Amino acid sequence: MVESVDTIVVGAGPAGSATAYSLAKAGHEVLLVERGKTPGEKNVSGGVLYGSVLHELIPNFWDEAPLERVITNRNLVFLSGESSFSLDFSSSKLEKPPHNGYSVIRYDFDQWFAKQAEETGALLATGIRVDDLLWENKQIVGIKAGSDEIRAKVVVAADGINSTLVEQAGLRKDLKAKYIALGIKEVIGLPRDVIENRFNLEHNEGTAHTYLGCTKGYPGGGFLYTNQDSLSLGIVLKLPIFKTKSHSKAPEFIDHLKQFPYIRRLIKEGTRLEYSAHLVPEGGYHGLSKLYTDGFLVTGDAAGLTLNIGYALEGMNFAIASGVAAAKTILRAHKQNDFTQSTMKHYQKLMNQSFVLKDMKTFRNAPAIVSSPRLMKSYPDFINNLALDLYQSTASPRPKLINLILKHVVHEISLPHLFIDGIKAVRGL
Amino acid sequence: MTAKIEEKLGTLHYTIDKEAHIKVNFDACNDCENKACIRGCPAQCFELVQDEVKFQYEDCIECGTCKILCDKKAIEWNYPRGTFGVVFRKG
Repeated sequence: MVESVDTIVVGAGPAGSATAYSLAKAGHEVLLVERGKTPGEKNVSGGVLYGSVLHELIPNFWDEAPLERVITNRNLVFLSGESSFSLDFSSSKLEKPPHNGYSVIRYDFDQWFAKQAEETGALLATGIRVDDLLWENKQIVGIKAGSDEIRAKVVVAADGINSTLVEQAGLRKDLKAKYIALGIKEVIGLPRDVIENRFNLEHNEGTAHTYLGCTKGYPGGGFLYTNQDSLSLGIVLKLPIFKTKSHSKAPEFIDHLKQFPYIRRLIKEGTRLEYSAHLVPEGGYHGLSKLYTDGFLVTGDAAGLTLNIGYALEGMNFAIASGVAAAKTILRAHKQNDFTQSTMKHYQKLMNQSFVLKDMKTFRNAPAIVSSPRLMKSYPDFINNLALDLYQSTASPRPKLINLILKHVVHEISLPHLFIDGIKAVRGL
Repeated sequence: MTAKIEEKLGTLHYTIDKEAHIKVNFDACNDCENKACIRGCPAQCFELVQDEVKFQYEDCIECGTCKILCDKKAIEWNYPRGTFGVVFRKG
């Protein structure tokens, strides 16, 4: 069976649905192919959906989209054994659309987003794994799925971090372990009112926590965010951790996180609703694949479009922005009736002009800084031990604050390291 | 308290294909010093039984970790065929 459409988008996550929605809205013929039985069932998130780009695409999307909670509280927590030190920020200003963030459950959100594309005119085909690309004179001209071949003028890869299409198109060699992290998550069910009391939230408000010091000294971190009636608790671990021999298996890291008294109290009496894992591109600018070739564009995680700068984490928003840019490129290529690299490279230009690649360039050294081993152990220990000395009364003479700080710096970090890390942080973040 | 992997995976829904979507060339595992798959797989699909790597695809949660970690390029990795594999309802 050979069919043909103008554009095929592979993968109905945020990048794919944004591409398909934008094309359909312009009256363009687009087929959105998803390997799951429904969009979202293969997808796992570890962060917040920022609203700004989606609002441009679907104005006031928050009125209809299945969102969990609007994030009005952020908490960066340094964990060290029995102690925890947190930087807690709340503001109702964070609640105001569109520059706010939401917690989402991807099964619900991705399904909704793909449905928006479908209702706008995109064809959604689920339960189909794309196996190969179709080629003609070095130009990509469609896809193969099982015994079916579907031809298209442009194929958009929105098939996530393990994109088989990007490799087949020759735009990326094997994924490098150093640019990838493994996220492991448990969704923990708790009644809505318990969540709101426990986290000091009012109706529909939510919190997002970041944890440092919870990865046994290995590069990575933990996270927690509130959904309506569940918590998403997870751990992110740089893959090279598992190349070294003497340490625990991946699932044990999340058990370790749950044993910190700080976390134990937050998830108390909760029930494990779901366990999941997913890879995260963490190479930033250095980890990007090539974004285009003849008849082919790469969006979202498939291209490595995410950014972790410690205090902010971008993924879904970048994916949506890249989908919108891909659609614009395709519409332009149609006007010129040229689908070779010479029109596809417009996508690179749009991405270079967008906040996505600008941020990824500005913060190109951030991934190395936020995965510094000292950040995973020395600094959490330092801040917690210092705080312990400040707040404990031992019936012996109190040293002055500066002496205490110096003592702990020397003990837990060392002055040269503090100096180097400080310079790196100022430059890179 | 370390929860058993069975308890964790028990929260998931699977439609299992009769054909494995990941194939391992076990000959290569014999010379592999690191065996990072054993530690890295979040579903513990890889196991060391009497110094030999054993793998079962049924519990796979399709993350791709094993393929990237494998020093020997012994893993022929793919997603399960359409409609098969794991379903996350709370992802």
